[in-house]
Amino acid sequence: MATATTYGARAHARAQEGARVEAMPVVPAADWPAPPCEAGHLVWAETVAGGNYTHRVLARGTELRLTDLRGDACAHLLLYVDGRPWERLNVADTVKVQWNAYLGEGVLLLSDQGRVLASVIADTSRRHDALCGTSTLVRNTARYGDGTPQSPSPAGRELFKLAAAKNGLTARDLPPSLSFFQGVEIRDDGSLDFTGSAGPGASVTLRAEQDLTVLIANVPHPADPRPDYVSTPLEVLAWRADPTRPGDPLWDATPEGRRAFLNTAEFLTARGLA
Amino acid sequence: MSVRTVIPARSAWSAVVPEGASLTITDLHGNQAVDFLVYDAHDTSVRYSAPDTIQAQGGIFLTTGSVLLSDEHTPLMTVTADAVGRHDTVGGACSKESNTLRYGHHTYAQHACVDNFLAEGAKHGLGKRDLVSNINWYMNVPVEKDGTLGIVDGLSAPGLALTLRAERDVLVLVSNCPQINNPCNGFEPTAVEMTIGDAG
Repeated sequence: MATATTYGARAHARAQEGARVEAMPVVPAADWPAPPCEAGHLVWAETVAGGNYTHRVLARGTELRLTDLRGDACAHLLLYVDGRPWERLNVADTVKVQWNAYLGEGVLLLSDQGRVLASVIADTSRRHDALCGTSTLVRNTARYGDGTPQSPSPAGRELFKLAAAKNGLTARDLPPSLSFFQGVEIRDDGSLDFTGSAGPGASVTLRAEQDLTVLIANVPHPADPRPDYVSTPLEVLAWRADPTRPGDPLWDATPEGRRAFLNTAEFLTARGLA
Repeated sequence: MSVRTVIPARSAWSAVVPEGASLTITDLHGNQAVDFLVYDAHDTSVRYSAPDTIQAQGGIFLTTGSVLLSDEHTPLMTVTADAVGRHDTVGGACSKESNTLRYGHHTYAQHACVDNFLAEGAKHGLGKRDLVSNINWYMNVPVEKDGTLGIVDGLSAPGLALTLRAERDVLVLVSNCPQINNPCNGFEPTAVEMTIGDAG
């Protein structure tokens, strides 16, 4: 097609509509071929390429399912209360308050304000990590030769900086992150044992307990010992559902969690949001 | 030439430690948790990263030889001596809000480390978004096989000390932990001593 003229260039660009590749958002999400819920309830359907990132704002009550399609995805995750980014994921409080270093079904992702941001409502992987954070430009340059976002081996922190910037945030707004699908276990002497992934098809489902800004970087775990940068696609699906309410088994699962849900409910009620 | 400062129980403190200089922290009365954050003194957006430090050393406990890395994976300080053998960088700081989850709402009026960090950090232009997972010198946080993690009785004793070397000009922020609801301070906060020594 002739692109030497404005008319030709316009026609050439417009002819691309409808192209499909593996890693892309499907818009509207309702067009996703095999929805895990009523089709009209899907609000986010995307396949995130290895070495790439995404971000979205989700309403309270939305369920977010992440799936490791081929066994080498690693979903590095940060959460903020949408519009109040000074309330954000606090990994230290998450593990300390719940008396456990590991992530899995039933774990609450806590903010630094004594409230729940999201709860883990399903998990078929059980290979996650709350201790090692994500990768950096310095480390990826040393390990893979480059860590810049446009390189073949982008660092998670560099991608988080971009995702943060698109939500009005800067590097100062990036606390330690969680990672899903690539695990670490702690030995008696405190040393780390990298467990790798559970294999293709594992998924984890989170439920938003407040309106959330979600940042996701899909990059290799920093403790992955393989010399090559191995990162495969991550499927992200989200759909309208209901937040955790009193009477839900998760609400009363632990005394610490119950108080976190009570604090959250009190806060949202005072704001007219619940 | 060295400068010694005693931080009273429950108080905050901060200082710039020049590149190459040492900072010695002495647990004067034993079993006192010292919550600690460190920043590049010339660019405080570069700050301590517990995850980078853990991933680089391959373990969660800090002791002699541990290099405290920034979130850009660059060295801020190195532990050059340690009479205790194990310090925590997983548990983070206590706050009035997290105390309501850990112990109950009756603790909300109690002073907490996050308040110390906010008040002391403000003197250096630091705000809430500059607070990240910190080090807890002298605090003992083991992890069981099933992942169970908790603050248990400390390993320190009166007079035990550790020394850090600044790998560049750093700003150090300290909260001498006011927590009284767990064993990190033996349920009774006490004073600690900070000594900044010459390069060498």
